[in-house]
Amino acid sequence: MGKIIIDGMEVEFTNEKNLLTIIKKAGIDIPTLCYIDELSTVGDCRMCTVEDDKGRMFASCSEEPRDGMVIFTNTRRLRKYRKLIIELLLAAHCQDCNTCSKNGDCRLQHMARRYGIMNVRFSDYRERLPQDHSSPSIIRDPNKCILCGNCVRVCEELEGIGAINFSKRGSEARVTPAFGKSIAETDCVGCGQCRVFCPTGAISIHHHRSWVWDALEDPELRVVAQVAPAVRVALGDAFEIPEGENVMGRIVNVLHRMGFDEVYDTTYGADLTIVEETKEFLERIESGKNLPLLTSCCPAWVKFVGEQFPEFIDNVSTCRSPQGMQSATVKEYFRDPANNPDGRKTVMVSIMPCTAKKMEKERENSYTRGEKDTDYVITSMELIEMITTSGIDFKNLDPEASDIPFGFGSGGGVIFGVSGGVTEAVLRNLTEGHSKEVLHNIVISGVRSDSAVREFTVNYKGTDLNICVVSGLAKARQIMEQVRSGEKKFHFIEVMACPGGCIMGGGQPIKIGRPHVQNRQEGIYRSDKMASVKKCGDNPMVLSLYGGFLKGKEHLLLHNSKFCAKNFR
Amino acid sequence: MLDQSYYDKTDEIIAVYGRKPSSLIPIMHDIQDTYRYLPGELLTYVAGQIGITEAKAYSVATFYENFSFEPKGKYVIKVCDGTACHVRKSTPVREYLCKELKLDDNKHTTDDLMFTVETVSCLGACGLAPALMVNDAVYSKMTPEKAADMLQDLRGREQKEQEGGSEE
Repeated sequence: MGKIIIDGMEVEFTNEKNLLTIIKKAGIDIPTLCYIDELSTVGDCRMCTVEDDKGRMFASCSEEPRDGMVIFTNTRRLRKYRKLIIELLLAAHCQDCNTCSKNGDCRLQHMARRYGIMNVRFSDYRERLPQDHSSPSIIRDPNKCILCGNCVRVCEELEGIGAINFSKRGSEARVTPAFGKSIAETDCVGCGQCRVFCPTGAISIHHHRSWVWDALEDPELRVVAQVAPAVRVALGDAFEIPEGENVMGRIVNVLHRMGFDEVYDTTYGADLTIVEETKEFLERIESGKNLPLLTSCCPAWVKFVGEQFPEFIDNVSTCRSPQGMQSATVKEYFRDPANNPDGRKTVMVSIMPCTAKKMEKERENSYTRGEKDTDYVITSMELIEMITTSGIDFKNLDPEASDIPFGFGSGGGVIFGVSGGVTEAVLRNLTEGHSKEVLHNIVISGVRSDSAVREFTVNYKGTDLNICVVSGLAKARQIMEQVRSGEKKFHFIEVMACPGGCIMGGGQPIKIGRPHVQNRQEGIYRSDKMASVKKCGDNPMVLSLYGGFLKGKEHLLLHNSKFCAKNFR
Repeated sequence: MLDQSYYDKTDEIIAVYGRKPSSLIPIMHDIQDTYRYLPGELLTYVAGQIGITEAKAYSVATFYENFSFEPKGKYVIKVCDGTACHVRKSTPVREYLCKELKLDDNKHTTDDLMFTVETVSCLGACGLAPALMVNDAVYSKMTPEKAADMLQDLRGREQKEQEGGSEE
């Protein structure tokens, strides 16, 4: 509690954890490269250094606020100091900005512009290091690393993995997996959160745009797209569309114009997932076997269970992910000559918020009848780049409806995009009726909340079901350890690797901080409100499929015959 | 692949300091004292045992110059290149040793695992400059000629040991 004078302005504070937060609250965008509210504070980059009335300089991120402080954030000395930091960082940074995936979106570049760096006085003597392309999800370029350590802390503190860390020190310091291994040799789950928090292009998405362009130009191919729920509330960020607005209609239009033959909605696959997973859940409740049921939608989580908690492999739902179900079903549909009179080969392009999906599609159990279910996974970011390349004015496009029969999904399918959505959709399916009251009771059961871990109990036909919803694998690890020790007992655990769920996925446009999570969350919940069918099991297109060509093929197309978390065949 | 005895020994060392993250450095020291280097496989094993990630353990091990993933020689020669030793001509001493033992900036240990030559910043023996250490013994006011005598002495000692004569 107290008052601080910041640049001559009196600012009140209460229990803010550091001076930086108060400065930001006062409307000053203090520069930072290594400070992230959700992570531990390290004070590495020194960009947020401020000066007090006695001429002392200190990093505001690591300074406790005290009543009566007099702080200056923009003095001649500070500008000189910050400029020097940026110059030194640039000197130790390969400056091929024009060919960098982060060009225009790079925090270091932004800082250099902000402080008017026109010249770097120092030269870099270091050898160029090789890039690491071993992971299907991300690419690491150590030459662009500024050693802020954000990726190290995200991987350890949010995801509980710690695949990378600093090695050596001084001018030889690098961020690397142990013993200079490649990312593919570590426990990396491909969630891509490191890429979200990386201020430069040192960690970027392993992109596959050119393959998709090539497929679109091949007349022998039927190129089919599926669009995941979370993509539609984030894509607008790149086109000056209000945050969280659902732009699915425009996505469908732009994909058609780019040459996709069919544009489907992964919400449909999500509906299939819920129908199957609910069945599975009820079977397990009845038999009492393999509880808690662990969700299988998030490929990063599935890999995590396989490697860190192998004794729980049988608890993972045998359901394929919505992407997997959608792809397998669509491909099977076009295998029937009646649906494919010209005999074209079908190519499935999956548009995802997620970098780990690139890994999932390579798994042994992502194949049906010897054919890969999903041919290419491109992230929201890659789709944005493709739209920009095409030159189509996305913002002013008319919305279009996605194609049938796999383009119609329920509200329960849409909410897969947020943490808790899968659980909420399962609960809807378990509950009789779909009146407003019924749906509202589910909402207030505890499934929707801001916390990363939600534990609650619902009653199903006289049985209390203990449910846990988690996002972020570090938190998931804690829960799983409690389950292992017997301290906690659950019937159902939903885990999404990315904090907040797929809306904050590793392939999404970068937005950091609570308000952005809320905007995307609200966008998803608004889309659910707009859906005429709320329950996955009520989706008429799904029902007709079960009565039709899916009959007898449920296991082949919708389930994994065996657990497989590894990346490659 | 390391022999099982390495892991058994490591278990003993871990038991001394306890299975906790803060035991990492003392455990690494003891392993290095035992084997004259820190085998990478053991570092990974220790990380798993004390509950830290492999990357974190590697980070700590590489932060300190002292830990080596390469087997070191029986005689580790630390040539001081602190300010006092440097101005009193430590460079010719180091150059002589490297030339004589066929070592360079990238190769620090002889193929027979007998000698390792390292450059250190300061041994804290500035009054004896230029100084060097062979394992725990300090050699003062070195010149290339004295270094030659020293090597001859060490090699002689080694030969005696191999012939079965023990000095101790």
